[in-house]
Amino acid sequence: MAAAACAAECGVRVGMVDDNPSMGGQIWRGESDGQHNPDASKWVQRVRRSGAAVLCGWRVVHQPEEGVLLAENLGGFCELKYGKLVLAPGARERFLPFPGWTLPNVMGAGGLQAMVKCGLPIRGKRVIVAGTGPLLLAVADYLRKHGAEIPVICEQACWRSLAKFGLALVSWPAKIVQGIRLKFDLAGVPLAANSWPLAAHGEKTVERVTVSRAGRVEDIPCDYLACGFHLVPNIELPLLLGCAVGNGCVQVNEFQETTSSSVFCAGEPSSIGGVELALIEGQIAGLAAAGRTREARAWFEKRKKARGFAQLLDRTFRLRTELKSLSLPETVVCRCEDVSYLRLRQHTCWRSAKLHTRCGMGSCQGRVCGPMTQFLFEWKPDSVRPPVFPARVESLAALARQWEGQHTAK
Amino acid sequence: MHSEVTVTVNGAPVVVLSGTTVAVAIVMAGQACRRSVSGEPRGPLCGMGICFECCVAINGNRHVRSCQVLCEQGMEVATEKCIDE
Repeated sequence: MAAAACAAECGVRVGMVDDNPSMGGQIWRGESDGQHNPDASKWVQRVRRSGAAVLCGWRVVHQPEEGVLLAENLGGFCELKYGKLVLAPGARERFLPFPGWTLPNVMGAGGLQAMVKCGLPIRGKRVIVAGTGPLLLAVADYLRKHGAEIPVICEQACWRSLAKFGLALVSWPAKIVQGIRLKFDLAGVPLAANSWPLAAHGEKTVERVTVSRAGRVEDIPCDYLACGFHLVPNIELPLLLGCAVGNGCVQVNEFQETTSSSVFCAGEPSSIGGVELALIEGQIAGLAAAGRTREARAWFEKRKKARGFAQLLDRTFRLRTELKSLSLPETVVCRCEDVSYLRLRQHTCWRSAKLHTRCGMGSCQGRVCGPMTQFLFEWKPDSVRPPVFPARVESLAALARQWEGQHTAK
Repeated sequence: MHSEVTVTVNGAPVVVLSGTTVAVAIVMAGQACRRSVSGEPRGPLCGMGICFECCVAINGNRHVRSCQVLCEQGMEVATEKCIDE
Protein backbone atom coordinates (compact mmCIF):
# COMPACT_ATOMS: atom_id res chain seq x y z
CA MET A 1 0.00 0.00 0.00
CA ALA A 2 2.81 2.43 0.90
CA ALA A 3 4.65 1.64 -2.33
CA ALA A 4 1.51 1.96 -4.48
CA ALA A 5 0.45 5.24 -2.88
CA CYS A 6 3.94 6.82 -3.05
CA ALA A 7 4.54 5.78 -6.66
CA ALA A 8 1.08 6.92 -7.79
CA GLU A 9 1.53 10.27 -6.03
CA CYS A 10 4.61 10.79 -8.23
CA GLY A 11 2.32 10.70 -11.25
CA VAL A 12 3.20 7.28 -12.65
CA ARG A 13 0.50 4.76 -13.57
CA VAL A 14 0.13 2.27 -10.74
CA GLY A 15 -1.88 -0.92 -10.31
CA MET A 16 -2.01 -2.73 -6.97
CA VAL A 17 -2.81 -6.46 -7.04
CA ASP A 18 -3.84 -8.13 -3.78
CA ASP A 19 -4.69 -11.78 -3.16
CA ASN A 20 -7.02 -10.79 -0.31
CA PRO A 21 -10.63 -9.65 -0.62
CA SER A 22 -9.68 -6.19 0.65
CA MET A 23 -6.43 -4.24 0.93
CA GLY A 24 -4.40 -3.89 4.12
CA GLY A 25 -2.62 -7.22 4.34
CA GLN A 26 -3.15 -9.88 6.98
CA ILE A 27 -3.25 -7.65 10.04
CA TRP A 28 -5.06 -4.52 8.89
CA ARG A 29 -7.43 -6.38 6.55
CA GLY A 30 -8.83 -3.22 4.98
CA GLU A 31 -12.51 -2.64 5.14
CA SER A 32 -13.55 -6.04 6.44
CA ASP A 33 -12.14 -5.10 9.85
CA GLY A 34 -14.66 -2.99 11.71
CA GLN A 35 -11.98 -2.03 14.21
CA HIS A 36 -10.81 1.08 12.38
CA ASN A 37 -7.13 1.12 13.13
CA PRO A 38 -6.26 4.81 12.50
CA ASP A 39 -3.00 3.98 10.67
CA ALA A 40 -4.81 1.46 8.50
CA SER A 41 -7.55 3.89 7.48
CA LYS A 42 -4.94 6.57 6.82
CA TRP A 43 -3.15 4.31 4.34
CA VAL A 44 -6.34 2.95 2.76
CA GLN A 45 -7.47 6.51 2.10
CA ARG A 46 -4.04 7.53 0.83
CA VAL A 47 -4.06 4.66 -1.67
CA ARG A 48 -7.58 5.62 -2.83
CA ARG A 49 -6.65 9.29 -3.23
CA SER A 50 -3.39 8.46 -5.02
CA GLY A 51 -5.22 7.23 -8.11
CA ALA A 52 -3.63 3.77 -8.03
CA ALA A 53 -5.91 1.13 -9.56
CA VAL A 54 -6.68 -1.51 -6.92
CA LEU A 55 -7.36 -5.14 -7.87
CA CYS A 56 -8.37 -7.20 -4.82
CA GLY A 57 -9.02 -10.93 -4.86
CA TRP A 58 -6.45 -11.52 -7.61
CA ARG A 59 -3.40 -13.67 -7.06
CA VAL A 60 -0.33 -13.77 -9.25
CA VAL A 61 0.45 -17.34 -10.27
CA HIS A 62 3.06 -17.05 -12.98
CA GLN A 63 5.32 -14.79 -15.03
CA PRO A 64 4.96 -16.09 -18.59
CA GLU A 65 7.54 -13.61 -19.89
CA GLU A 66 9.54 -10.72 -18.48
CA GLY A 67 7.31 -7.76 -17.71
CA VAL A 68 4.08 -9.80 -17.72
CA LEU A 69 2.33 -11.46 -14.80
CA LEU A 70 -0.51 -13.93 -14.98
CA ALA A 71 -3.13 -13.39 -12.27
CA GLU A 72 -6.27 -15.32 -11.40
CA ASN A 73 -9.43 -14.53 -9.49
CA LEU A 74 -12.54 -16.61 -8.82
CA GLY A 75 -13.98 -15.94 -12.26
CA GLY A 76 -11.00 -16.04 -14.59
CA PHE A 77 -7.52 -14.81 -15.31
CA CYS A 78 -5.74 -11.78 -16.75
CA GLU A 79 -2.30 -10.68 -17.85
CA LEU A 80 -0.73 -7.70 -16.16
CA LYS A 81 2.07 -5.82 -17.92
CA TYR A 82 4.58 -3.80 -15.94
CA GLY A 83 7.62 -1.61 -16.38
CA LYS A 84 8.59 -1.69 -12.70
CA LEU A 85 7.31 -4.14 -10.14
CA VAL A 86 7.21 -3.82 -6.35
CA LEU A 87 6.65 -7.11 -4.56
CA ALA A 88 5.18 -7.06 -1.07
CA PRO A 89 3.95 -10.61 -0.47
CA GLY A 90 4.30 -10.37 3.31
CA ALA A 91 4.92 -13.23 5.68
CA ARG A 92 3.09 -16.27 6.96
CA GLU A 93 3.19 -17.98 10.33
CA ARG A 94 5.62 -20.77 11.06
CA PHE A 95 3.84 -23.87 12.28
CA LEU A 96 5.43 -26.76 14.13
CA PRO A 97 3.97 -30.24 14.32
CA PHE A 98 2.86 -31.83 17.59
CA PRO A 99 0.29 -34.57 18.20
CA GLY A 100 -3.19 -33.23 17.47
CA TRP A 101 -2.12 -30.08 15.64
CA THR A 102 -4.22 -31.09 12.62
CA LEU A 103 -7.49 -31.08 14.60
CA PRO A 104 -10.06 -28.50 13.48
CA ASN A 105 -9.97 -25.32 15.63
CA VAL A 106 -6.22 -25.58 16.08
CA MET A 107 -5.18 -22.55 14.03
CA GLY A 108 -2.32 -20.14 13.66
CA ALA A 109 -2.27 -17.29 16.18
CA GLY A 110 -2.52 -14.75 13.39
CA GLY A 111 -4.80 -17.24 11.66
CA LEU A 112 -7.41 -17.19 14.41
CA GLN A 113 -7.14 -13.41 14.67
CA ALA A 114 -7.73 -13.17 10.92
CA MET A 115 -10.79 -15.42 11.26
CA VAL A 116 -12.19 -13.27 14.07
CA LYS A 117 -11.55 -10.14 12.00
CA CYS A 118 -13.49 -11.84 9.23
CA GLY A 119 -16.53 -12.43 11.42
CA LEU A 120 -15.85 -15.49 13.63
CA PRO A 121 -17.72 -15.02 16.94
CA ILE A 122 -15.24 -15.52 19.77
CA ARG A 123 -17.14 -14.13 22.78
CA GLY A 124 -17.10 -16.58 25.69
CA LYS A 125 -14.75 -19.00 23.93
CA ARG A 126 -11.63 -20.29 25.68
CA VAL A 127 -8.54 -19.76 23.54
CA ILE A 128 -5.06 -21.00 24.44
CA VAL A 129 -2.47 -18.84 22.69
CA ALA A 130 0.87 -20.55 22.13
CA GLY A 131 4.07 -20.42 20.12
CA THR A 132 6.52 -17.55 19.98
CA GLY A 133 6.86 -13.93 18.94
CA PRO A 134 5.31 -10.56 19.69
CA LEU A 135 2.25 -11.55 17.66
CA LEU A 136 1.10 -13.81 20.52
CA LEU A 137 0.55 -10.85 22.85
CA ALA A 138 -1.17 -8.81 20.19
CA VAL A 139 -3.46 -11.71 19.30
CA ALA A 140 -4.30 -12.49 22.93
CA ASP A 141 -5.08 -8.83 23.51
CA TYR A 142 -7.29 -8.65 20.43
CA LEU A 143 -9.18 -11.84 21.25
CA ARG A 144 -9.74 -10.78 24.85
CA LYS A 145 -11.11 -7.44 23.75
CA HIS A 146 -13.59 -9.41 21.66
CA GLY A 147 -14.77 -11.40 24.64
CA ALA A 148 -12.58 -14.50 24.51
CA GLU A 149 -11.20 -16.04 27.67
CA ILE A 150 -7.44 -16.68 27.50
CA PRO A 151 -6.43 -19.33 30.09
CA VAL A 152 -2.73 -18.94 29.24
CA ILE A 153 -0.25 -17.57 26.71
CA CYS A 154 2.55 -20.11 26.22
CA GLU A 155 5.72 -18.42 24.94
CA GLN A 156 8.62 -20.76 24.17
CA ALA A 157 11.29 -18.08 24.71
CA CYS A 158 12.80 -17.87 28.19
CA TRP A 159 12.21 -15.02 30.64
CA ARG A 160 15.80 -13.88 30.22
CA SER A 161 15.46 -13.17 26.51
CA LEU A 162 12.00 -11.68 27.04
CA ALA A 163 13.41 -9.37 29.71
CA LYS A 164 16.28 -8.37 27.42
CA PHE A 165 13.72 -7.75 24.70
CA GLY A 166 11.70 -5.56 27.06
CA LEU A 167 14.79 -3.52 27.99
CA ALA A 168 15.88 -3.15 24.38
CA LEU A 169 12.43 -1.84 23.45
CA VAL A 170 13.40 1.43 25.15
CA SER A 171 15.34 2.36 22.02
CA TRP A 172 12.15 2.16 19.96
CA PRO A 173 9.76 4.66 21.50
CA ALA A 174 6.66 3.74 19.48
CA LYS A 175 7.21 0.08 20.29
CA ILE A 176 7.59 0.59 24.03
CA VAL A 177 4.32 2.44 24.17
CA GLN A 178 2.74 -0.48 22.34
CA GLY A 179 4.45 -2.92 24.71
CA ILE A 180 3.33 -1.18 27.88
CA ARG A 181 -0.20 -0.83 26.60
CA LEU A 182 -0.36 -4.50 25.72
CA LYS A 183 1.00 -5.54 29.10
CA PHE A 184 -1.49 -3.32 30.82
CA ASP A 185 -4.36 -4.56 28.68
CA LEU A 186 -3.38 -8.16 29.31
CA ALA A 187 -3.33 -7.82 33.09
CA GLY A 188 -4.83 -11.00 34.49
CA VAL A 189 -3.82 -13.19 31.55
CA PRO A 190 -0.97 -15.48 32.60
CA LEU A 191 1.97 -15.17 30.22
CA ALA A 192 4.08 -18.29 30.69
CA ALA A 193 7.62 -18.22 29.34
CA ASN A 194 9.57 -21.45 28.70
CA SER A 195 6.21 -22.96 27.72
CA TRP A 196 4.90 -24.72 24.65
CA PRO A 197 2.13 -27.10 23.55
CA LEU A 198 2.84 -30.85 23.79
CA ALA A 199 -0.41 -32.22 22.33
CA ALA A 200 -3.93 -31.19 21.35
CA HIS A 201 -6.80 -33.56 22.10
CA GLY A 202 -10.41 -33.73 21.00
CA GLU A 203 -13.04 -35.77 19.21
CA LYS A 204 -14.19 -33.60 16.31
CA THR A 205 -12.44 -30.38 17.24
CA VAL A 206 -9.82 -29.48 19.85
CA GLU A 207 -11.14 -29.83 23.43
CA ARG A 208 -8.02 -29.61 25.56
CA VAL A 209 -4.32 -29.03 25.16
CA THR A 210 -1.42 -30.53 27.09
CA VAL A 211 1.24 -27.88 27.59
CA SER A 212 4.68 -27.85 29.08
CA ARG A 213 4.46 -24.81 31.34
CA ALA A 214 7.88 -23.80 32.63
CA GLY A 215 8.80 -27.46 33.09
CA ARG A 216 5.44 -28.66 34.46
CA VAL A 217 3.00 -30.63 32.31
CA GLU A 218 -0.58 -29.33 32.45
CA ASP A 219 -3.85 -30.17 30.74
CA ILE A 220 -5.95 -27.13 29.86
CA PRO A 221 -9.49 -27.28 28.39
CA CYS A 222 -10.21 -24.93 25.47
CA ASP A 223 -12.35 -24.24 22.39
CA TYR A 224 -9.49 -23.03 20.20
CA LEU A 225 -5.72 -23.32 20.18
CA ALA A 226 -4.08 -20.34 18.46
CA CYS A 227 -0.54 -21.43 17.80
CA GLY A 228 2.18 -19.84 15.68
CA PHE A 229 5.96 -19.84 15.95
CA HIS A 230 6.83 -16.39 14.65
CA LEU A 231 6.87 -15.61 10.94
CA VAL A 232 8.39 -16.86 7.70
CA PRO A 233 8.77 -14.53 4.70
CA ASN A 234 6.72 -15.36 1.60
CA ILE A 235 9.57 -15.62 -0.88
CA GLU A 236 7.97 -17.91 -3.48
CA LEU A 237 6.92 -15.17 -5.90
CA PRO A 238 10.25 -13.28 -5.63
CA LEU A 239 12.06 -16.61 -6.25
CA LEU A 240 9.91 -17.28 -9.30
CA LEU A 241 10.91 -13.87 -10.69
CA GLY A 242 14.56 -14.74 -10.21
CA CYS A 243 15.29 -12.57 -7.16
CA ALA A 244 18.28 -13.75 -5.13
CA VAL A 245 17.54 -14.92 -1.60
CA GLY A 246 19.95 -15.13 1.31
CA ASN A 247 19.23 -16.45 4.81
CA GLY A 248 15.61 -17.01 3.80
CA CYS A 249 15.07 -13.35 2.89
CA VAL A 250 14.95 -11.55 -0.45
CA GLN A 251 18.17 -9.61 -1.06
CA VAL A 252 17.65 -5.94 -1.83
CA ASN A 253 19.89 -2.92 -2.40
CA GLU A 254 19.49 0.42 -0.62
CA PHE A 255 16.51 1.30 -2.84
CA GLN A 256 14.80 -2.03 -2.07
CA GLU A 257 15.62 -3.23 -5.60
CA THR A 258 16.17 -6.97 -5.92
CA THR A 259 18.80 -8.68 -8.05
CA SER A 260 16.13 -9.10 -10.73
CA SER A 261 16.06 -5.96 -12.86
CA SER A 262 13.11 -3.56 -12.37
CA VAL A 263 11.80 -5.71 -9.51
CA PHE A 264 11.66 -4.19 -6.01
CA CYS A 265 10.67 -5.86 -2.77
CA ALA A 266 9.37 -4.35 0.47
CA GLY A 267 8.20 -5.56 3.85
CA GLU A 268 8.58 -8.92 5.55
CA PRO A 269 10.20 -10.80 2.62
CA SER A 270 13.32 -8.65 2.92
CA SER A 271 13.35 -8.88 6.76
CA ILE A 272 10.75 -9.73 9.39
CA GLY A 273 10.42 -6.37 11.11
CA GLY A 274 6.75 -5.56 11.48
CA VAL A 275 4.52 -2.85 10.12
CA GLU A 276 6.80 0.15 10.76
CA LEU A 277 9.68 -1.28 8.76
CA ALA A 278 7.31 -2.52 6.04
CA LEU A 279 5.80 0.95 5.58
CA ILE A 280 9.23 2.60 5.38
CA GLU A 281 10.50 0.00 2.90
CA GLY A 282 7.30 0.32 0.87
CA GLN A 283 7.71 4.07 0.59
CA ILE A 284 11.35 3.71 -0.44
CA ALA A 285 10.46 1.06 -3.03
CA GLY A 286 7.52 3.07 -4.41
CA LEU A 287 9.53 6.27 -4.70
CA ALA A 288 12.55 4.51 -6.20
CA ALA A 289 10.38 2.63 -8.71
CA ALA A 290 8.92 5.99 -9.77
CA GLY A 291 12.45 7.33 -10.24
CA ARG A 292 12.46 9.62 -7.19
CA THR A 293 15.65 8.32 -5.62
CA ARG A 294 16.38 11.57 -3.77
CA GLU A 295 13.07 11.43 -1.90
CA ALA A 296 13.56 7.72 -1.26
CA ARG A 297 16.91 8.47 0.37
CA ALA A 298 15.19 10.60 3.01
CA TRP A 299 13.81 7.38 4.55
CA PHE A 300 17.14 5.56 4.88
CA GLU A 301 17.90 6.67 8.44
CA LYS A 302 14.48 5.59 9.72
CA ARG A 303 14.82 2.27 7.96
CA LYS A 304 18.16 1.61 9.62
CA LYS A 305 16.58 2.01 13.02
CA ALA A 306 13.57 -0.15 12.18
CA ARG A 307 15.88 -2.88 10.88
CA GLY A 308 17.54 -2.99 14.28
CA PHE A 309 14.16 -4.02 15.66
CA ALA A 310 14.01 -6.85 13.12
CA GLN A 311 17.34 -8.19 14.39
CA LEU A 312 16.15 -7.95 17.98
CA LEU A 313 13.03 -9.98 17.12
CA ASP A 314 15.18 -12.60 15.49
CA ARG A 315 17.42 -12.94 18.56
CA THR A 316 14.61 -12.98 21.12
CA PHE A 317 12.31 -15.48 19.50
CA ARG A 318 14.80 -18.02 18.19
CA LEU A 319 13.27 -21.50 18.46
CA ARG A 320 14.56 -23.79 21.20
CA THR A 321 15.71 -27.29 20.22
CA GLU A 322 13.16 -29.03 22.49
CA LEU A 323 10.53 -28.06 19.92
CA LYS A 324 12.15 -30.44 17.42
CA SER A 325 11.03 -33.45 19.42
CA LEU A 326 7.32 -32.73 19.94
CA SER A 327 6.20 -35.09 17.15
CA LEU A 328 5.36 -38.75 17.68
CA PRO A 329 6.31 -41.10 14.82
CA GLU A 330 2.72 -41.01 13.49
CA THR A 331 2.28 -37.22 13.79
CA VAL A 332 1.39 -35.67 10.44
CA VAL A 333 3.96 -33.12 9.28
CA CYS A 334 2.79 -32.45 5.70
CA ARG A 335 -0.93 -31.74 6.01
CA CYS A 336 -1.69 -31.71 2.31
CA GLU A 337 -0.43 -35.25 1.74
CA ASP A 338 -0.63 -36.65 5.30
CA VAL A 339 3.06 -37.51 5.54
CA SER A 340 4.09 -38.60 9.01
CA TYR A 341 7.17 -37.62 10.99
CA LEU A 342 8.38 -41.24 10.86
CA ARG A 343 8.28 -41.37 7.07
CA LEU A 344 10.13 -38.06 6.75
CA ARG A 345 12.81 -39.04 9.25
CA GLN A 346 13.98 -41.72 6.84
CA HIS A 347 15.13 -39.09 4.34
CA THR A 348 18.19 -36.89 4.32
CA CYS A 349 16.98 -33.97 2.23
CA TRP A 350 13.86 -32.13 1.07
CA ARG A 351 14.16 -33.43 -2.48
CA SER A 352 14.38 -37.06 -1.42
CA ALA A 353 11.42 -36.61 0.93
CA LYS A 354 9.40 -34.98 -1.85
CA LEU A 355 10.16 -37.69 -4.37
CA HIS A 356 9.42 -40.58 -2.02
CA THR A 357 6.64 -39.31 0.22
CA ARG A 358 5.00 -36.41 -1.72
CA CYS A 359 5.81 -34.15 1.25
CA GLY A 360 5.47 -30.54 0.09
CA MET A 361 3.81 -31.52 -3.18
CA GLY A 362 0.21 -30.85 -2.20
CA SER A 363 -1.88 -27.72 -2.63
CA CYS A 364 0.19 -25.49 -0.35
CA GLN A 365 3.34 -26.47 -2.25
CA GLY A 366 5.42 -26.77 0.89
CA ARG A 367 4.45 -23.38 2.32
CA VAL A 368 3.48 -25.00 5.64
CA CYS A 369 5.75 -28.05 5.86
CA GLY A 370 8.77 -26.46 4.14
CA PRO A 371 9.72 -24.09 6.98
CA MET A 372 8.85 -26.88 9.40
CA THR A 373 11.25 -29.42 7.91
CA GLN A 374 13.84 -26.67 7.67
CA PHE A 375 13.67 -26.39 11.47
CA LEU A 376 13.15 -30.09 12.26
CA PHE A 377 15.70 -31.62 9.89
CA GLU A 378 17.64 -28.59 8.60
CA TRP A 379 16.50 -29.32 5.05
CA LYS A 380 16.83 -26.60 2.44
CA PRO A 381 13.91 -26.09 0.05
CA ASP A 382 14.50 -26.44 -3.71
CA SER A 383 13.82 -23.90 -6.38
CA VAL A 384 10.28 -22.67 -7.02
CA ARG A 385 8.49 -23.68 -10.20
CA PRO A 386 5.55 -22.06 -11.94
CA PRO A 387 2.68 -21.81 -11.28
CA VAL A 388 3.63 -20.42 -7.87
CA PHE A 389 0.07 -21.08 -6.59
CA PRO A 390 -2.28 -23.82 -7.78
CA ALA A 391 -3.83 -22.40 -10.97
CA ARG A 392 -6.82 -23.39 -13.05
CA VAL A 393 -6.19 -25.47 -16.15
CA GLU A 394 -8.01 -22.90 -18.31
CA SER A 395 -5.51 -20.16 -17.37
CA LEU A 396 -2.55 -22.38 -18.18
CA ALA A 397 -4.19 -23.64 -21.37
CA ALA A 398 -4.78 -20.08 -22.56
CA LEU A 399 -1.10 -19.32 -21.97
CA ALA A 400 -0.07 -22.40 -23.90
CA ARG A 401 -2.34 -21.41 -26.81
CA GLN A 402 -0.85 -17.96 -26.84
CA TRP A 403 2.66 -19.32 -26.77
CA GLU A 404 1.88 -21.67 -29.64
CA GLY A 405 0.31 -18.83 -31.62
CA GLN A 406 3.39 -16.66 -31.19
CA HIS A 407 5.79 -19.39 -32.14
CA THR A 408 3.95 -20.68 -35.19
CA ALA A 409 3.55 -17.11 -36.47
CA LYS A 410 7.35 -16.79 -36.53
CA MET B 1 -23.39 -0.64 9.03
CA HIS B 2 -23.27 -4.45 8.70
CA SER B 3 -26.19 -6.16 7.02
CA GLU B 4 -27.00 -9.86 7.24
CA VAL B 5 -26.25 -12.36 4.52
CA THR B 6 -27.53 -15.94 4.29
CA VAL B 7 -25.43 -18.67 2.70
CA THR B 8 -25.93 -22.42 2.77
CA VAL B 9 -23.26 -24.81 4.00
CA ASN B 10 -23.99 -28.35 2.77
CA GLY B 11 -27.58 -27.25 2.28
CA ALA B 12 -28.11 -25.80 5.78
CA PRO B 13 -28.61 -22.03 5.98
CA VAL B 14 -26.07 -19.94 7.95
CA VAL B 15 -26.71 -16.27 8.68
CA VAL B 16 -23.60 -14.09 8.89
CA LEU B 17 -22.79 -10.39 8.83
CA SER B 18 -21.64 -8.95 5.51
CA GLY B 19 -17.86 -8.94 5.33
CA THR B 20 -17.68 -12.47 6.79
CA THR B 21 -15.53 -14.96 4.90
CA VAL B 22 -16.88 -18.33 3.78
CA ALA B 23 -14.33 -20.11 6.02
CA VAL B 24 -15.90 -18.43 9.05
CA ALA B 25 -19.40 -19.46 7.95
CA ILE B 26 -18.21 -23.08 7.71
CA VAL B 27 -16.70 -23.02 11.22
CA MET B 28 -19.91 -21.39 12.52
CA ALA B 29 -21.89 -24.23 10.92
CA GLY B 30 -19.70 -26.69 12.87
CA GLN B 31 -18.45 -28.34 9.69
CA ALA B 32 -14.96 -29.42 8.69
CA CYS B 33 -13.82 -27.94 5.36
CA ARG B 34 -12.26 -31.04 3.90
CA ARG B 35 -11.10 -34.60 4.55
CA SER B 36 -7.35 -35.14 4.32
CA VAL B 37 -5.99 -37.87 2.04
CA SER B 38 -6.14 -40.30 4.96
CA GLY B 39 -9.63 -39.17 5.98
CA GLU B 40 -8.97 -36.75 8.87
CA PRO B 41 -11.38 -33.82 9.15
CA ARG B 42 -9.61 -30.48 8.60
CA GLY B 43 -10.52 -26.89 9.23
CA PRO B 44 -8.85 -23.56 8.46
CA LEU B 45 -5.27 -23.26 9.77
CA CYS B 46 -3.63 -20.10 8.47
CA GLY B 47 -6.68 -17.92 7.80
CA MET B 48 -4.75 -16.09 5.10
CA GLY B 49 -4.76 -18.12 1.92
CA ILE B 50 -1.52 -20.04 2.42
CA CYS B 51 -2.38 -23.50 3.72
CA PHE B 52 -5.29 -24.58 1.47
CA GLU B 53 -6.89 -26.50 4.37
CA CYS B 54 -10.10 -24.49 4.00
CA CYS B 55 -10.71 -25.41 0.35
CA VAL B 56 -14.36 -26.09 -0.49
CA ALA B 57 -16.74 -25.82 -3.44
CA ILE B 58 -18.45 -22.43 -3.73
CA ASN B 59 -21.39 -22.25 -6.15
CA GLY B 60 -20.05 -25.39 -7.78
CA ASN B 61 -16.50 -24.02 -8.18
CA ARG B 62 -14.30 -26.62 -6.53
CA HIS B 63 -11.04 -26.19 -4.62
CA VAL B 64 -11.62 -22.56 -3.62
CA ARG B 65 -9.86 -21.20 -0.52
CA SER B 66 -12.84 -20.24 1.59
CA CYS B 67 -10.82 -17.87 3.81
CA GLN B 68 -10.22 -15.61 0.82
CA VAL B 69 -13.86 -15.30 -0.29
CA LEU B 70 -16.52 -13.10 1.30
CA CYS B 71 -20.02 -14.51 1.82
CA GLU B 72 -22.65 -13.32 -0.66
CA GLN B 73 -26.40 -13.70 -0.37
CA GLY B 74 -27.52 -17.14 -1.54
CA MET B 75 -24.01 -18.55 -1.94
CA GLU B 76 -23.95 -22.37 -1.93
CA VAL B 77 -21.02 -23.83 -0.08
CA ALA B 78 -20.25 -27.56 -0.12
CA THR B 79 -17.47 -29.02 2.01
CA GLU B 80 -15.44 -31.86 0.56
CA LYS B 81 -17.19 -34.47 2.65
CA CYS B 82 -20.50 -33.41 1.17
CA ILE B 83 -19.20 -33.43 -2.43
CA ASP B 84 -17.88 -36.98 -2.08
CA GLU B 85 -21.09 -38.26 -0.56
